Amino acid sequence: MQRNSVIRLNLNKNNMSNQRIYLDNNATTPCDSRVVDAMVPYFTKMFGNAASRNHPYGWEAEDGVDYAREQVAQLIGADPKEIIFTSGATEADNLAIKGVFEMYARKGNHFITCTTEHKAVLDAFQKIEKLGAEVTYLEVQRDGLINLDDLQNAITDKTVMVSIMFANNETGVIQPVKQIGEICAKNGVLFMSDITQAAGKIPVDVKEMGIHLAAFTAHKMYGPKGVGALFVNRKKPRVKVTAQMDGGGHERGMRSGTLNVPSIVGFGKAAEIAMAEMEQDAKRLSKLRDKLQAALMEQLEEVVINGNEEHRMPHVTNMSFKHVEGEGLMMTFNQNLALSSGSACTSASLEPSYVLKALGLGDDLAHSSLRFSLGKYTTEQEIDQTIEWIANGVNHMRSLSPIWEMFKEGIDLESIEWSEH
Amino acid sequence: MAYSDKVLDHFKNPRNVGTLNKDNKNVGTGLVGAPECGDVMRLQIQVNDEGLIEDAKFKTFGCGSAIASSSLATEWLKGKTIDEALSIDNMDIVEELALPPVKIHCSVLAEDAIKSAINDYKEKNNQ
Repeated sequence: MQRNSVIRLNLNKNNMSNQRIYLDNNATTPCDSRVVDAMVPYFTKMFGNAASRNHPYGWEAEDGVDYAREQVAQLIGADPKEIIFTSGATEADNLAIKGVFEMYARKGNHFITCTTEHKAVLDAFQKIEKLGAEVTYLEVQRDGLINLDDLQNAITDKTVMVSIMFANNETGVIQPVKQIGEICAKNGVLFMSDITQAAGKIPVDVKEMGIHLAAFTAHKMYGPKGVGALFVNRKKPRVKVTAQMDGGGHERGMRSGTLNVPSIVGFGKAAEIAMAEMEQDAKRLSKLRDKLQAALMEQLEEVVINGNEEHRMPHVTNMSFKHVEGEGLMMTFNQNLALSSGSACTSASLEPSYVLKALGLGDDLAHSSLRFSLGKYTTEQEIDQTIEWIANGVNHMRSLSPIWEMFKEGIDLESIEWSEH
Repeated sequence: MAYSDKVLDHFKNPRNVGTLNKDNKNVGTGLVGAPECGDVMRLQIQVNDEGLIEDAKFKTFGCGSAIASSSLATEWLKGKTIDEALSIDNMDIVEELALPPVKIHCSVLAEDAIKSAINDYKEKNNQ
């Protein structure tokens, strides 16, 4: 059973050393050049402070912000007065959660969220728990969706707000937002949603979906980093949040600080472009995503797709390649192909993805996962190349993997006493 | 995080990948780590009549540093006596591969795999 030990990873096939492919668009997206073009004059010529009320420099800047506020509001079906600009989605999440907790302290102290939320939401809830809030963390089902009965049952007369994300960043799974909105309305509680991954990619209508607060950011929709927004509903109900940043009373007093005019203008342009183009982009990307997924399932054994496939963002797939460790796998191509993994080795915490674990995946499958998130600049050639690199990488890593060998020999891996370390 | 050239070299051209017959009396097998932890190493040694390690093989499920650590370990083991092999310290591996602090556990696992393979060999041969 002695085998030849010379195994080489062929990294130079197909000019692997030259081409770079970016499939990590859920982390961030490149700026659309039309966005950059819209921003540039606001750095040099129209550089005024939007809060300067007494000269043309200020008026120009304010006009730019006002127009962007309309563009951003339109993208999600809101009124411009309901858009509070922030430094990003993390700040918007924090403002919503901490701001509502403080503002509604007399109404109650109970909040409901779910275990697969982004850390910006989970960490903000942990903070208010220390300040006296009670938080219920709903578990998700095997496919990543929350159970609506669980949500209904969790609501009490002390419940102030439910916070459920629109689409998950790791799996792309889309929650039943409209039904959640209906449950919240029926029970008279606020509904907040982190719409960061959905806004600009699929239709989001906050009014139709019964969302009262929504956090999102420009850099996930081909806009600049460092700017985001919180939508705060103004009518039925009129929602208020306590400011978390005190200062000059900007943004209707909810978020002080000189406005980041160029970035806000870029955010507006990105929203406008997204509104016009998201439908055709989504159609094209879902075809490419499906091609990638089908080819890998066909060429490789023991591959699983993580999360609900029907209720999922069109450009995302999260797959586990059994008996291969994600970071090692990524090393076979990461000079050329940008992806994310749920493997512990890729995280600062050395813990595998909590989102995948919440779906009931064992740690071993979470360690073996890769997230592919396509973007509007992804081409079919890049997908074909990706299929080849991933298939080669998985085969290489499996040729090195003792547990793959055991699996192929029919050994039950569960029967082995592993030495946890 | 950037890897050292030595880690990349072992990762791309791993030495001594493979499987020895674990039922042979002169083969010692160490299997350490756990799939849940993201690292499993299997390291095997084949010892000749003079007590020298004449062959060593590994297979590893894990990150690049884990693969490099076990690849390097097999290289070092060949030609050593059991006693010499027992003196391989994980920090030697850390130094040779320039592993960053978060990857030190990979070298610990490699040292554990060496010791476990030697124990298996000794038990089989009533030493």
